[in-house]
Amino acid sequence: MNVDEKVILTEENIVKTEKETQSDAQPLISVRGLKKSFDNIDVLKGIDIDIHQGEVVFVVGPSGSGKSTFLRCLNRLEEPTGGVILFEGEDITDKRTNINLHRQKMGMVFQQFNLFPHMTILKNLTIGSMKLQGKSFEEAKSEAMRLLERVGLADRANAYPNQLSGGQKQRIAIVRALCMKPDVMLFDEPTSALDPEMVGEVLSVMRELAEEKMTMVVVTHEMAFAKEVASRVLFIDEGKILEEAEPVTFFENPKSERLKSFLAKVL
Amino acid sequence: MNFITDVCGEIMMFFQNIGQEFYLNFIKDNRWEYIAKGLGVTLEVTFFAVLVGVFLGFIVAIIRSTYDKTGQLKGLNFLCNVYLTVIRGTPVVVQLLIIYFVIFGSVRIDKVVVAVIAFGINSGAYVAEIVRGGIMSIDQGQFEAGRSLGFDYIQTMIYIILPQALKNVLPALGNEFIVLLKETSVAGYIALQDLTKAGDIIRSETYSPMMPLLAVAVIYLTFVMMLSFLIKQLERRLRNSER
Repeated sequence: MNVDEKVILTEENIVKTEKETQSDAQPLISVRGLKKSFDNIDVLKGIDIDIHQGEVVFVVGPSGSGKSTFLRCLNRLEEPTGGVILFEGEDITDKRTNINLHRQKMGMVFQQFNLFPHMTILKNLTIGSMKLQGKSFEEAKSEAMRLLERVGLADRANAYPNQLSGGQKQRIAIVRALCMKPDVMLFDEPTSALDPEMVGEVLSVMRELAEEKMTMVVVTHEMAFAKEVASRVLFIDEGKILEEAEPVTFFENPKSERLKSFLAKVL
Repeated sequence: MNFITDVCGEIMMFFQNIGQEFYLNFIKDNRWEYIAKGLGVTLEVTFFAVLVGVFLGFIVAIIRSTYDKTGQLKGLNFLCNVYLTVIRGTPVVVQLLIIYFVIFGSVRIDKVVVAVIAFGINSGAYVAEIVRGGIMSIDQGQFEAGRSLGFDYIQTMIYIILPQALKNVLPALGNEFIVLLKETSVAGYIALQDLTKAGDIIRSETYSPMMPLLAVAVIYLTFVMMLSFLIKQLERRLRNSER
């Protein structure tokens, strides 16, 4: 009974979100008063933000500012200690919601790729949609191959992750998340572990995604890329959003002294 | 010259003796049947004890590593800790005797079953710690990647963590099976006629210890070498799949 109700609820919500996206009203993700502390250290001290369908939100800030923690709270890889996160209208911080269902709709890309080393690339890409969304191998494979084709790695479908370069691994990791047909993609410093000459290939995949109006939340140190692709940039420092603006304003007319000095150091 | 003929005579005598010894210990009264039946019992006990041990070991390992990672299953983790402490803190012979004479003291039960239970429970404790080490050695990122796709805890364990953990601990696990095969040699304590007991029975009948005991040793050695070979093959095949 419970499960059935939940399914119906989600379907209603999807319909609702679709309707309201057309009228551009309800945000895809709505965060209110998000707090996170580890032991006695407050990492996030109350974050409020709305992220709308099709937005590309970049999150920058000094290391240890809580920006990665913020991202990881969005799909509850870190359990928030306070506040509310509404995703597609549903409170996912509520213990009773099945977070696993929502995570299927939130693709995540990690700094360290985290591909499954014991599976071929194709298996990496298909295991999620086959086991969780009940797709047949043929369906899952054709979707995976279509996406692999797009990132130019179709010939590596039967290779193992350890046979690939860092840039290739990260492109595969992005494809793995896309195979679940997510509504939002979360990127946690996707280029920080890459050799400099491999950063470009990963960024160009992300650029294409942004052009297709995929909703994205990106934690990064690539300021030039943020300036080019972002629809909005957030500056997080000491667990709070200190400033948020369109990229041009953000980078050329920063208001707070803290952001000015941060940008002076990184640009 | 005299000396050389003496030595030759000695050597001749020795080989003649070996022939007689062999006849006495293995051929006469069909004594080789002790060895054959004993080997059968040893392999049977080892095989089923491995199954019991792996089953118990995996369950305990998953409970313990779940507690280590998430802090859940506190009660079960406590029970597992008691099990590990008791089993690893007492000799396997004592455990075998307690299970046979105390726990099953008042019921008639096949000694093979008792041995399987005792060695299985004993081995499970060691397997558990090996597998737990394997699970804990897998990068936390693998776990997060599985969860971020939408897999629940159990699915992530089954599809992502355990296959990798198993591959890492295969040498240690193989070693544990080899130890178990040899450890079953104490089954004679409950008068179960395993391979070791068979050799000992022949010795007590013929009063000639060398032949039967050496034969028993050689048979153990052969099986241990075959097991190590199989494990090496398996390891190589698993490793190839990553390159």
